[in-house]
Amino acid sequence: MIPPQFDYHVPESLADASRLLLANPEAKLLAGGHSLIPMMRFRLAEPSALVDLRKIPGLAGIGEAEGCLRIGAMTRESELEKSELVQGRYPLLADTARVIGDPLVRNLATVGGNVAHADPGNDHPATMLAYRASFVGRSFPDRRSGTLLEQRHELPLQAEDRTIGADDFFTGPFSTCLKPGEILIEIRIPAPEAGSGGAYEKFERKVGDYAVAAVAVQLRLEGGRIAEAGVALTNVGLTPIRASAAEAALIGSDGGEAALDEAAGAAAAAAEPHEDHRGSVEYKRAVVRTLTFRAASRAVARAKEAPA
Amino acid sequence: MAKCRGLGHSVQRKEDARFIRGQGRYIDDIKLPGMLYLDITRSPYAHAKITKIHDETALAVPGVAAVITGKTLEAYNLAWMPTLMSDQQMVLPIDTVKYQAQEVAAVVATSRYAAADGAAALEVDYEPLPVVVDPHAALEPGATRVRDDKDSNHIFHWEHGDREATEAALAASDTVVEQAMHLPRIHVASIETCGCVASWNPVEGHLTLYLTTQAPHAIRTVVALVTAHLGLAEHRIRVISPDIGGGFGGKVPVYPGYVIATAASVVTGKPVKWIEDRSENLQADSFARDYHIKARLGSKGGKITALSLDTIADHGYSDAAANPSKFPAGLYHICTGSYDLSDAHVSVDGVYTNKPPGGIAYRCSFRVTEAVHAIERMVDLLARENGEDPADFRLRNFIRPDQFPYTSVLGWEYDSGDYGAALEKAMDMIGYRDLRAEQTEKRARGELMGIGISSFTEIVGAGPSKTFDILGIKMFDSSEIRIHPTGKAIARFGTKSQGQGHETTYAQIIAEELGIPPEDIQVEEGDTDTAPYGLGTYASRSTPTAGAAAAIASRKIRAKAKKIAAHLLEADEADLEWEQGRFFVKGSPDRGKTIQEIAFAAYTNHPQGLEAGLEATSYYDPPNLTFPFGSYVCAVDIDRGTGQVRIRRFVAVDDCGVRINPMIVEGQIHGGLAMGIAPALFEEISYDPDGNITGGNFVEYLVPTAMETPHWELGETVTPSPHHPIGAKGVGESATVGAPAAVVNAVVDALWHLGVRHMEIPMTPARVWSALNEHGAAATR
Amino acid sequence: MSSHHVTIQVNGEEHAREVEARLLLVHFIREELGLTGTHIGCDTTSCGACTVLLDGTPVKSCTVLAVAAGGSRVTTVEGMGNGELHPVQQGFTEKHGLQCGFCTPGMMLTSKALLEANPDPQEDEIRWGISGNLCRCTGYVNIVKAVRRAAEIMKESKENGDG
Repeated sequence: MIPPQFDYHVPESLADASRLLLANPEAKLLAGGHSLIPMMRFRLAEPSALVDLRKIPGLAGIGEAEGCLRIGAMTRESELEKSELVQGRYPLLADTARVIGDPLVRNLATVGGNVAHADPGNDHPATMLAYRASFVGRSFPDRRSGTLLEQRHELPLQAEDRTIGADDFFTGPFSTCLKPGEILIEIRIPAPEAGSGGAYEKFERKVGDYAVAAVAVQLRLEGGRIAEAGVALTNVGLTPIRASAAEAALIGSDGGEAALDEAAGAAAAAAEPHEDHRGSVEYKRAVVRTLTFRAASRAVARAKEAPA
Repeated sequence: MAKCRGLGHSVQRKEDARFIRGQGRYIDDIKLPGMLYLDITRSPYAHAKITKIHDETALAVPGVAAVITGKTLEAYNLAWMPTLMSDQQMVLPIDTVKYQAQEVAAVVATSRYAAADGAAALEVDYEPLPVVVDPHAALEPGATRVRDDKDSNHIFHWEHGDREATEAALAASDTVVEQAMHLPRIHVASIETCGCVASWNPVEGHLTLYLTTQAPHAIRTVVALVTAHLGLAEHRIRVISPDIGGGFGGKVPVYPGYVIATAASVVTGKPVKWIEDRSENLQADSFARDYHIKARLGSKGGKITALSLDTIADHGYSDAAANPSKFPAGLYHICTGSYDLSDAHVSVDGVYTNKPPGGIAYRCSFRVTEAVHAIERMVDLLARENGEDPADFRLRNFIRPDQFPYTSVLGWEYDSGDYGAALEKAMDMIGYRDLRAEQTEKRARGELMGIGISSFTEIVGAGPSKTFDILGIKMFDSSEIRIHPTGKAIARFGTKSQGQGHETTYAQIIAEELGIPPEDIQVEEGDTDTAPYGLGTYASRSTPTAGAAAAIASRKIRAKAKKIAAHLLEADEADLEWEQGRFFVKGSPDRGKTIQEIAFAAYTNHPQGLEAGLEATSYYDPPNLTFPFGSYVCAVDIDRGTGQVRIRRFVAVDDCGVRINPMIVEGQIHGGLAMGIAPALFEEISYDPDGNITGGNFVEYLVPTAMETPHWELGETVTPSPHHPIGAKGVGESATVGAPAAVVNAVVDALWHLGVRHMEIPMTPARVWSALNEHGAAATR
Repeated sequence: MSSHHVTIQVNGEEHAREVEARLLLVHFIREELGLTGTHIGCDTTSCGACTVLLDGTPVKSCTVLAVAAGGSRVTTVEGMGNGELHPVQQGFTEKHGLQCGFCTPGMMLTSKALLEANPDPQEDEIRWGISGNLCRCTGYVNIVKAVRRAAEIMKESKENGDG
């Protein structure tokens, strides 16, 4: 299994990367490569060129600022696993990072790649929906007017950043709302308020498998009641699915078993799985239900333990 | 003198020195000057007419040197090749393809990358034809005919035993259980795929074939027979089997790729390398199992009476099982297992379907796993139908130790055994009665746990010439030992290790017999120009055959050494005694000569009338098969919310007779167990109605990782084989054969109170959940 | 179609080559450098037979482009012990952590990195750590023991005054 030929570019700025993407409509961005390269080896993807992001400074890193956890798009999954900040304050994200691919895959695979590849089997998208995360896409619109004088000069392009809510980001299987030449540079997760907790429950047949189904739950307790909740589902639809009815079932409740059961049922109803070798539609809905209950109860437990 | 580390010592492996340094030499590590690379274009259809192959599309790719098609091979009369089962299979098709991923044409190029580009560029026009994938449907009147050269899809009917007597015994039984079961297609998935480097020397008319093969000599003979019309004779064929990255039976067959690469080397006059991808390996190489079994087992007064098995065997588009037994279903009629019963009958109908050919390659001695699965499932069912604990029921129905040698009603002569001892030991180790108590408590709380037993009898060491041959060649194996003047030795064998540690264990056998330390003995296998003729390594046969040959050849050397010692000691041979590594004069232990001194004398001071040198060869044709056995007990927990089965504990008590190297034996059992739980819980290759494969890569073919594999707990009993020179029986496959039924029995045990009577494998979470759901026991939390 | 000049430090030695953009790192190591201890077992980034250390981190070299590894340090099995046996190699031999040897280089490199991050791993941590590497021969129990043994050897050598 040998990839087809392609041109390779390794720009040192996002502007150059963006320009290369616009100049080569069949080009693809290369981040960790752990989704793209296997597809190329099977010749399921035959990009004319790869634009490698590895030399562009500032695209990797994890830190809190302005009320958000900011994760650079090129941050390796294993960095999430190692990050004390993530492990301590973002348990839903920490859970997710532990079950993506396998340990070696996580050493190269990137968070941005997992999100932007938009494989409905990828794990981060549901987590990001539950977190109400947003994604920063950067583009370099060509604002040069038509005068010859201006066109003759290679004027530096102005970066334009767009913040896209997770709800709007995933438009279909393997597709996002990113525009041609627009590059995902950062993921922003709202910093948890007091009383927050979350959990990711993935059910996979073996390590390295895509989920049969997985459920991300993020919630906040206030005065013994769930004040906010995010519930989202992995690999049971053409895109990650936000289970709004499940969220509604949780909000206002005490997080007890009855509320969790109701939320689990609602999540199962929201799932739109198709039958395959991982199981029937009925089975996958049942797994969503089970996992929702489990994720929500762990999330509640964590919220109760969370520092006020 | 100090005992050298012969039998029973966990000697560290000699072969490790190169493997841990990355210095193993596997097939893809071989690079010859001027070598070309071959890649294969495969069929996307399970059944189609090929209307045109557009060579030019591949030849236009830079670096592509040639395109080989069925028509190219036809010119050499090599488009078809015979199978061991008196059938034939295509090397490359002339006009139709019969299964998805079948070889359609090959591209030869100056680099691996160019060959891949050529194979991708090669355009082929197909007209899809109707497909039949279900063997039952294939037997229906009017079914799509898979083979153009046959009248129907029915390959053979074979039966064994007395049908009438069995029916009568079942009718006279007070309890009869009946169960259909399917053992689906699985694949060995050795981590190294298959491949070869074919190097044809047109000047000398000589072919060197580097090949991932478990049976280099047999391959050489097959190649000689298949190519005799081209003037290629056996003395001008050299097969070299380098280090092999796992075999498990998958590297016994001759695959079309080998023949194509050889033809490509002849066509281009250059060495040609072909290494298959994992996808090709899983999609086109020899599979295992695919038996649809209808079983009935009866008892009277709690004593098993009779067994009946009726079987549909899905062979794919050709009967190409690498089965050297004289029976079309291999050793399947070992199916009476560990039990003393008086009537049995087994029938098998082989069927063609639009799937790849194969049938037996999964760490198993020719269908013994199917046999063990059937009997161990049925005994469990029958025990419960009798209202008895499956352990107690087994203990009462086992063949008793005093019945050995035991001739089964289907004609096998079991060499030795003590089945009760093995099961009792396994029950003790796992704490069987305590687990039962725990199970009762858990059930009361709505938790599901199960305990499963499998008390298997293996049948290995193929084999005695009355039941085995390959193209008429008897299934002996060989050892050739040469002692050098300084007392060091080289020993060569007709077998071929794929990780079993032959370089160490054979040396230990010789060490035991001659007193030469294992580290002073170099063991070689795999080169047909240097090794003595043998039939290779599969079906746990190396220790029973070549291991025996090592002992016998050593004893021949010892006999000659005795003459030399008598000469050196000026004593009568009759007055000499042997202790390990040394002859001495009876009554005068100080007067002696070591094997090393004797070896030196064999070249410097041998007695008149005796030839110089100290070497011997043995071709060992075993008088009987060996019958390793064991009892496995497994405890599982089932997640009612997802259907997931978790193996909590797995105790394996194995009896493989005398253990040569306990460390290696345990390693073999560990690996066999992992390959035993894999088909029970994870692995399957399946096809949709159009013949499209699922399980054709490592994303979908679920080889367990360390996370899914439990911590094995091993025990042993030792019942030597009475007919083997050192009492050993072979162990490579016991665990793969015995383990699946233990896991199924455990899962069914966990669900029995719900009304579940059987589970098909693999017991995927989805399948287990369905059973839970059907019986109202699925949980939502 | 682009061709690129790439320099990769492999086992302490700089190697410069002109390579096709699509050349996989595993083929660079095996075919360009002739270091055949790094194996290939699948095409889906599943098996880990091709594991090498890239700047000290275990990765599957079948899923890395050689051009993208330019300027990096690669360690293969051939460079594990600097001429002597690394404790992991010793552990694998002593505890029979290998049979056919095909997954072994990758398994050992993953284990080496695992022990550097966690010098005293327990069984569940080892199983977790090696779950990206498939072995078909050993059933993993002896690999776990081998890694434990390697940890002991590393601890002993530290106590014996290397520090």
